[in-house]
Amino acid sequence: MTAPGEAAPSGVTDHSWGPLESALRGRRRAGGKCFVPYLTGGLGDDWLETICAVAAAGADAIEVGVPFSDPVMDGTVIQQANDRALSQGATPQSILAALRGAAADIGVPTAVMTYVNIAHHMGYERFASSLADAGVSGCILPDLPLEEVGEWAEHADTAGVETVLLAAPTAPDKRLPRICARSRGFVYSVGLMGITGVREALAASATGTAARLKAVTDLPVLVGVGVGTPAQAAEVCEIADGAVVGSAVVTRMLEGAGPDGVAALVAEFRAALDEAHS
Amino acid sequence: MGEPSADGRFGEFGGTFVPETLVPACQELDRAFRSAWGDPAFRGELDRLLSGYAGRPSPLTECPNLSDELGVRILLKREDLNHTGSHKINNVLGQALLAQRMGKTSLVAETGAGQHGVATATAAALFGMDCIVYMGTVDIARQELNVFRMRLLGTEVRAAETGSRTLKDAVNEAMRHWVAVADTTHYCLGSVMGPHPYPWMVREFQRVVGEEAHRQCAEILDGGVPDVVTAAVGGGSNAAGIFAGFADTGARLVGVEPAGGAAVGRAVPGIVHGSRSYLMQDEWGQVLEAESISAGLDYPGVGPEHSHLAATGRATYEQVTDAEVIEAFSLLSRTEGIIPALECAHALAWVSRARSELAGLTVLLNLSGRGDKDVDQMMGILG
Repeated sequence: MTAPGEAAPSGVTDHSWGPLESALRGRRRAGGKCFVPYLTGGLGDDWLETICAVAAAGADAIEVGVPFSDPVMDGTVIQQANDRALSQGATPQSILAALRGAAADIGVPTAVMTYVNIAHHMGYERFASSLADAGVSGCILPDLPLEEVGEWAEHADTAGVETVLLAAPTAPDKRLPRICARSRGFVYSVGLMGITGVREALAASATGTAARLKAVTDLPVLVGVGVGTPAQAAEVCEIADGAVVGSAVVTRMLEGAGPDGVAALVAEFRAALDEAHS
Repeated sequence: MGEPSADGRFGEFGGTFVPETLVPACQELDRAFRSAWGDPAFRGELDRLLSGYAGRPSPLTECPNLSDELGVRILLKREDLNHTGSHKINNVLGQALLAQRMGKTSLVAETGAGQHGVATATAAALFGMDCIVYMGTVDIARQELNVFRMRLLGTEVRAAETGSRTLKDAVNEAMRHWVAVADTTHYCLGSVMGPHPYPWMVREFQRVVGEEAHRQCAEILDGGVPDVVTAAVGGGSNAAGIFAGFADTGARLVGVEPAGGAAVGRAVPGIVHGSRSYLMQDEWGQVLEAESISAGLDYPGVGPEHSHLAATGRATYEQVTDAEVIEAFSLLSRTEGIIPALECAHALAWVSRARSELAGLTVLLNLSGRGDKDVDQMMGILG
């Protein structure tokens, strides 16, 4: 299904859109670029207020990290945030309960990002229904690649949770349409060969991979990993439909910037995208 | 112990749970290993390295004094006599040769006690490859000698300073490193764990231990096999290697875990470091920190094939305490003049505890490494 008037290059998706995908497609249809910040759930006393504040500052959707003890895809900033949140007592249950209570205040779709063992340990069916109960639209499990996603994705589909898959610069061309066909919400275009964290410059692979994805799907293509400044976000959005920014945002949280301080950074990203692509 | 299924599973365990960035690297490795393992030229070259460089075959040693003391006939498979002092060299020579065949110029590895790190550093020196080894800061402190050895061999040792700062975190750091450089670098994983094809490939590279031991046992047991085959289990590579030689016989297979790192003992499945297997974790699925006197077994998970062997009942897994291990370490030193690595002292600790049940039986024990690296630590404990 595609919305009226939307040009689909190829690889037109045939699933119905959940809230996450609808929001991102809506931004794109209006001629804008999507901005999705990542915030670590359970980090500090004011993480939930911070989520509400960044939503108000122009985030199209929010990735909420559920901390895991062994985050192999993450660099030092998110590792540190994970460790701190865990030591402050964060659990999947406490984070989902808080999100459930605040869904109306957040006002934009959320997607949980965590590692597969958190879902596996709770049981895929129960984890999927817990996300749905908490009003969470999407789920990103970076250590659950296409070959292993089937069992989880079935439960997620049943519960109405959008499973976002990652596509990496290392993927051969023929792999990309298969990833896009199974991805929901958007397709997460990995910006570089490596783990999360801010780099001085955008890797050439950031736009390269996004362009390869744009050629085979009409799903929103958002670039994350290695996108750390408003200028870099604007640069990837010359090709991509949007950017996901984690470490730069979480650094602010770790510094104790508070809801207003983190929201101010998100507003900078929003302004950079609006200015460059209006 | 045969091939895993097409999706890399032993029963319900295994798989390829890695970031998307690494999927092509795992698939490339699977293809390369299949091709190499079926290629007589590769096998011949590896055999020459194992004999001419690593010193294989390793002997099988009767232990008359120890056997008298315990009332159990004990045969030791002497992997401690290999070059670099443990079974780790078997796997590393295979992987380094494979990496070279794949055109990789660098190796990255994790290490706990330092035995796998030293073996990898050795192979890197031999093959002229760059090498980086990640090691937890806790292990760096308790295994200083091996850190020096690796540096002497030209390897860069990097400290893993996150989490429990032991083997688990060294694996995390090695995987993070590999994600960024998989096109030029081979991840030389040290045990039968990680994503497919590692659990299978590492077991095949260690299979030589079990096949040699099978032949050697047949010679002294009139064509028979031992009643029991036992080995220590952290990730489980030395156990997988020796079990592979006896899985299709009537021998009882017993893996021995540290009580503080008993992934199989707790029998809760989880997914970390690329595969689904038994894993020590809390009520929310956060991975727990293992605690063991032996840095090489200080790991909360276990190779997926061991979970499968346990689930199907083909092997059983026992747990021993640090105190029992210290006693076994002294026992073998005193009775046979062989100072064992703390890792394989776990297997002896179980035999010693179970001696009345094992009375009169023949037990083959994989003496996977020598204890030189542990002498400093034990000096502090035994004075």
